[in-house]
Amino acid sequence: MIEARGLVKHYRSTHAVDNLSFDVRPGTVTGFLGPNGAGKSTTMRMIMGLDRPDAGQVTIGRRSYADLRWPLREVGALLDARAFHPGRTARAHLTALAASNAITRQRVEEVLAITGIDKAADRRAGKFSLGMSQRLGIAAALLGDPQVLLLDEPVNGLDPEGIRWIRNMLKGLAAQGRTVLVSSHLISEIAQTAEALIVIGRGQLLAQTTVARLSAGGGSLEEAFFRLTEGVTDYSGRR
Amino acid sequence: MSTMAVSNRSADRMRGGYGFRAVAGMEWEKLRTVRSTWSLLGVFTACMIGFSLLVLGHENYGQMSAADRASFDPTSDSFLGLVLGQLLIGTFGALAITTEFSSGTIRATFAAAPRRPLVLAAKAAVLGAVTLAAGEISAFAAFLAGQAVLKAPAPQATLGQPGVLRAVLMAGAYPALIAVIGLGIGAIIRHTAGAICAVVSLVFVLPLLFGALGTSVQDQTQKFLPDTMRNALVSVKPTAHLLSPGLTLFVLSGYALLALAAGAWVLARRDA
Repeated sequence: MIEARGLVKHYRSTHAVDNLSFDVRPGTVTGFLGPNGAGKSTTMRMIMGLDRPDAGQVTIGRRSYADLRWPLREVGALLDARAFHPGRTARAHLTALAASNAITRQRVEEVLAITGIDKAADRRAGKFSLGMSQRLGIAAALLGDPQVLLLDEPVNGLDPEGIRWIRNMLKGLAAQGRTVLVSSHLISEIAQTAEALIVIGRGQLLAQTTVARLSAGGGSLEEAFFRLTEGVTDYSGRR
Repeated sequence: MSTMAVSNRSADRMRGGYGFRAVAGMEWEKLRTVRSTWSLLGVFTACMIGFSLLVLGHENYGQMSAADRASFDPTSDSFLGLVLGQLLIGTFGALAITTEFSSGTIRATFAAAPRRPLVLAAKAAVLGAVTLAAGEISAFAAFLAGQAVLKAPAPQATLGQPGVLRAVLMAGAYPALIAVIGLGIGAIIRHTAGAICAVVSLVFVLPLLFGALGTSVQDQTQKFLPDTMRNALVSVKPTAHLLSPGLTLFVLSGYALLALAAGAWVLARRDA
């Protein structure tokens, strides 16, 4: 369970996140949706304690991230796919992270196999394609077998097979009673994975709803999304 | 009974959560698994031994004046490689954290261990231990190689002479302290180029600026500069306007702690 209450984050003059409150419940995949620049990544960084909110708070199982005892065993996150040293091998990257939370080497081998990068485990990660990097990021998120997963645009760079794989994996993890939050700017993608939805625009909550309710409003899901985000899209082409 | 106690203890550790040891384990894995660590330490060692051979192998003791002979210090001359070596090692220390910022690994690190001052302390401990080991090995190798090529009539230094062992040990410890200072600077500046620039300024540019001051001011202040302190640590013959070796080590350690404290403060306050 993730609870955000009144989150505010400014960068210089812009309000990246503005009084944002929402709940992410266990047992279903929750889609975190919004146009580019809506504040999705900033919010995820605040959940992880990487960025400090200017106001408000966010807790995971009623504790702030900084108070977690074994952070990787409680929360797994994929924030940006290329967040590793290009000269280090995939296996070394995961082994180092595992050491910090007393996770076994056997588990490192497991997540390498789960994400299908075991054959490339001893190659330098800087040579990885975007899809491979994404898989390494997901392997890192799964490392501690956490109850809470946060994934920022996880399907970026994945091929159709990879997209289907991650979709099924996330559904399976949620079905085990885990809390799964997945951000995307593509409603069509999220609709196939998530049941619950949090829609934000310009840093504000537009809707906390479900895919079913949003599509029941009439018209296609995409139109419903555009209606919701109308007027809060910062970067749009000329019509 | 004893196995019970052991398993209880490890269960306690599991309950207690991640701590210094676990984070140091991560930092050691990270440092160990990039090629640049070993190439940089290799170049540093080569630089230490190479300069010692070059300098002591071409010493012109026979043509020296009496004054030069009196101040001839074959021990400190073994460590001229430190002049360049300190730059390599300071850069190495800064890179240990700036590459994490440039690659984004720092977010994975802080996600794994959100207590940032603890992460910096663990990094400093691992970096300090590795550079101390490399420093001592290089210092002894440079000293022994240098004395071996020093030709008569120049007097050779031996480890048994007063102050010599101290100078060799200090020559090995100096790089570790510079590495930790570099790490602190890296944590503050975050960008590789900027941090390297700051390390170069501290070691090479600052002495030039001080050189523009009057001699009396210079004599009072220059002894507090890292590069002058290097000289104080490795000299056996007494030289004017230097702090004693013990005091030098103390002050330099203070600099290292100060750099770390400032780095930890900045890391804890700024967004990653």
